[in-house]
Amino acid sequence: MSYFDILISILGSTIRLSIPLLFTALAGLFSERAGIFDIGLEGKMLASAFAAACVAYVTGSPWLGLLAGIAISIAFSLIHGFAAITNRGNQIVSGVALNFVAAGLTLVLGQAWFNQGGRTPQLPPSARFSPITLPGADLVRDVPVLGPLYANVISGNNILTYLAFLAVPISWWVLYRTRFGLRLRAVGENPGAVDTAGISVAWLRYRSVIVAGFLCGFAGTYLAVAQSAAFIKDMSAGKGYIALAALIFAKWKPVPVMFACLLFGFLDAVANFMQGKSVPFIGEVPVQIFQCLPYVLTCILLAGFIGVAHPPKAGGVPYTKER
Amino acid sequence: MSTASVQLPNWITYGLLPLLNLMLAFFISGIVVWMIGENPWEALKLMLEGALGRGDAIGFTLFYATSFIFTGLSVAVAFHAGLFNIGSEGQAYVGGLGAALVALALDHYTPWYVTMPFAIIGAALFGAAWALIPAWLQAKRGSHIVITTIMFNFIGAALMVYLLVNVMIVPGKMAPETRNFLPGGQLPKLDWLMALFGLKLGPAPFNVSFLIALAMCFLVWLLIWRTKLGYEMRTLGISPSAAVYAGVPYVRTVVIAMLISGGLAGMMALNPVMGASGRLQVEFVGGAGFVGIAVSLMGRSHPVGILLAAILFGILYQGGADLSFEMPNITRDMIVVIQGLVILFAGALEYMFRPALVRIYQQFARG
Repeated sequence: MSYFDILISILGSTIRLSIPLLFTALAGLFSERAGIFDIGLEGKMLASAFAAACVAYVTGSPWLGLLAGIAISIAFSLIHGFAAITNRGNQIVSGVALNFVAAGLTLVLGQAWFNQGGRTPQLPPSARFSPITLPGADLVRDVPVLGPLYANVISGNNILTYLAFLAVPISWWVLYRTRFGLRLRAVGENPGAVDTAGISVAWLRYRSVIVAGFLCGFAGTYLAVAQSAAFIKDMSAGKGYIALAALIFAKWKPVPVMFACLLFGFLDAVANFMQGKSVPFIGEVPVQIFQCLPYVLTCILLAGFIGVAHPPKAGGVPYTKER
Repeated sequence: MSTASVQLPNWITYGLLPLLNLMLAFFISGIVVWMIGENPWEALKLMLEGALGRGDAIGFTLFYATSFIFTGLSVAVAFHAGLFNIGSEGQAYVGGLGAALVALALDHYTPWYVTMPFAIIGAALFGAAWALIPAWLQAKRGSHIVITTIMFNFIGAALMVYLLVNVMIVPGKMAPETRNFLPGGQLPKLDWLMALFGLKLGPAPFNVSFLIALAMCFLVWLLIWRTKLGYEMRTLGISPSAAVYAGVPYVRTVVIAMLISGGLAGMMALNPVMGASGRLQVEFVGGAGFVGIAVSLMGRSHPVGILLAAILFGILYQGGADLSFEMPNITRDMIVVIQGLVILFAGALEYMFRPALVRIYQQFARG
C-alpha cells in the first residue's frame, strides 16, 4: 500500500470516528454555554445507542431508531435538568449518576429482553443507515489526489455523517445569530442579568439541556445503527469524555469544536492503524500513547500552556432567584 | 417564604432525609426488577441472603466494603476541601503499581508484616502522585479538577495497560499481569476474626486491609475534625474566599488535600492486589473508585457514615453477584443501576424532599 492510500484510509476512518464525538461535543456545547456542566454525555450517548438499536431492530426502520435514541437522550437530559436546575443539585454528581444508570440499565434491559449477554440482535442492512455514494464519486475516482479523496473520504458516508457536519454551522448560527443563542450564552455567563431582563433562567436552561439531549441522541444512534449493526456492551467506551475534552480543547466554540473532534478522531484512527506496526527508526509505538493523547492535550490546554480556555462563568453554579 | 433558610433538626437532615432518598433509589430499582418480570421482594431477599447468609458471603461483602471504605474516604477528604475528586479510580489503579512493586521487590526476603508497611507507603505514594498534577493544576492554574481528574483516569488506564502488557508481564504468558506474589508479598486473610463470631471464611478474600481501612477511618476523622490542617481544609471547602482571607494558604491546602485523597485511593489497591489475587492485573479496580463517590455522598463525608455506606455497597456487590446466579434474568449490572440511582437521589437530588419536610416539620413545631 502506498503512503497516499494509507493516508486516504486513515482520513476515511478519521471521519467515521469523529462523528459521534462531534454530535456529543456540540451537545455539551449547548449545555455548558448555558451554565449546565454535563459529565453525563457518555451516559446519554450509551442510552440512546441502546434505544436506537432496540427500536431499529423491532421496527426495522433506522429513522424510528433515531427518534427513540433522541427521545431517551432527551429524557436523560430532563432528569439532569430536574436535578441541576429545579433542585439546584450538584451538576457533576448528577452527571456521574446518570452515566451509571445508563451503563447499568442498558445491560440489564438488554439481557432481559434479548438474552444475548447485553447485546442487541444484529440489525439487517435495511434497518441501518447505509453509506451514500455522492454523485460523481465513481467518475472522479481515477483523478489523481482529489479523486480518491472525494470518492473514499467525502463520499460514501451515511446520512448522519453529513448531518453532523451540517450541525456545526447550524449550531454556530443558533448560538451567535439568534435571540435564543444570545440569551443562552448570557445565562451561562451571568444568569442574574438574564433574570433581571425578565427572561426565565430555568426555562432557558431547560431548553438548552433539551438541545443537548437531542444532539446526543444522534451520537448514540450513529454508534449503534450506522457505525455498528447492534448495541454492544459499553459501546460508547469513553467517547463522551473525549467529546468533553474536545469541547474544552475547542474553548467552548462551535467551529473549533469540529476541528478538535476531527483531531481526536484522527488520533484514534492513527492508533487503530498503528496497532502492531513499527515506525522506521523508532520501532513499535505503543497504541496507548495515541489513546491517551486527547486527554494529555486537554490537560496541557487546561493548564494554560496552549492559550487560555475560559469556561462559561456561571458554569456549574445553580441559579438561586431569591434567598 | 423560601424554605432553604429554615433550620431542621439534625435527625431529619442526617437521618430521615438520606433515608428517604435511599428508599426512593431502591424503590425505583425495584420497579426496574419488576419491569424485567421478576419479583422485587424475592430479589431483595435473595440478595440479602447472598450477601449475609453464610460465612463466606459475609467475607466477600466485607472484602468489597474494604475497597469502598478506602475510595469513599478518598472522595470525602477532597470533598471537605471543596474539591470533587472523580479520579479515585485512576489513583487506585496507579496505587496498585506502587503496592505491586513493593511486593515484587520484597516478597522473597521478608514476611508479610514487614512488607505491609512498605506496601502501604508505596500504594499511597503512587496514588498521591497521580493526584498531584490535577491538584497542582487546580491550585496554580485554575483548571477544573473534575475535568483533569477524569482525564487522568484515562491516562492512568493507558499507562497501566502499557506497563502490564509490555513491561511487567511474565515473559511467555498471554495474560497481562505480574507474576504471583510469594506469601511474603500477600496480606493474610482474617479467618481468625470471622472465627471469633463462629463464622467460616471459606474462599472469601477478606483480609488484613480491612483493618488498615478501619485505621484510616479513624485517622481521617482525626485529620478532618481534630487538626489545624483539617480545619483549614473544611474552611476552604465552605468558603474559599473566607479561608484565604483568614490566612489559609490556598495552594498548599488544595495540594495536600488532594495528595491525601489520592493516597487513600491508592491504598485501596492493597485489598484486591495483595489481599485477594496476589498479583497485579489489568482493571483490578473495577469501578471501586466511582463507588467511592456514592459511598462518600451517602456517608455524608463522615468516616462512620462512609463505613456504613461501604458495607451497604459491599452487600449490594456481593448480593448482586449472588442474585445473578439465582435469577439469571437480573445480571450483575443491576448493581450499577442501583449505584447510579443512589448517587442521583442521595447526591444530586439530596434536597428534593426538603421543602416538603420543612412544611411538615413547621406544622408539627407550631402545633
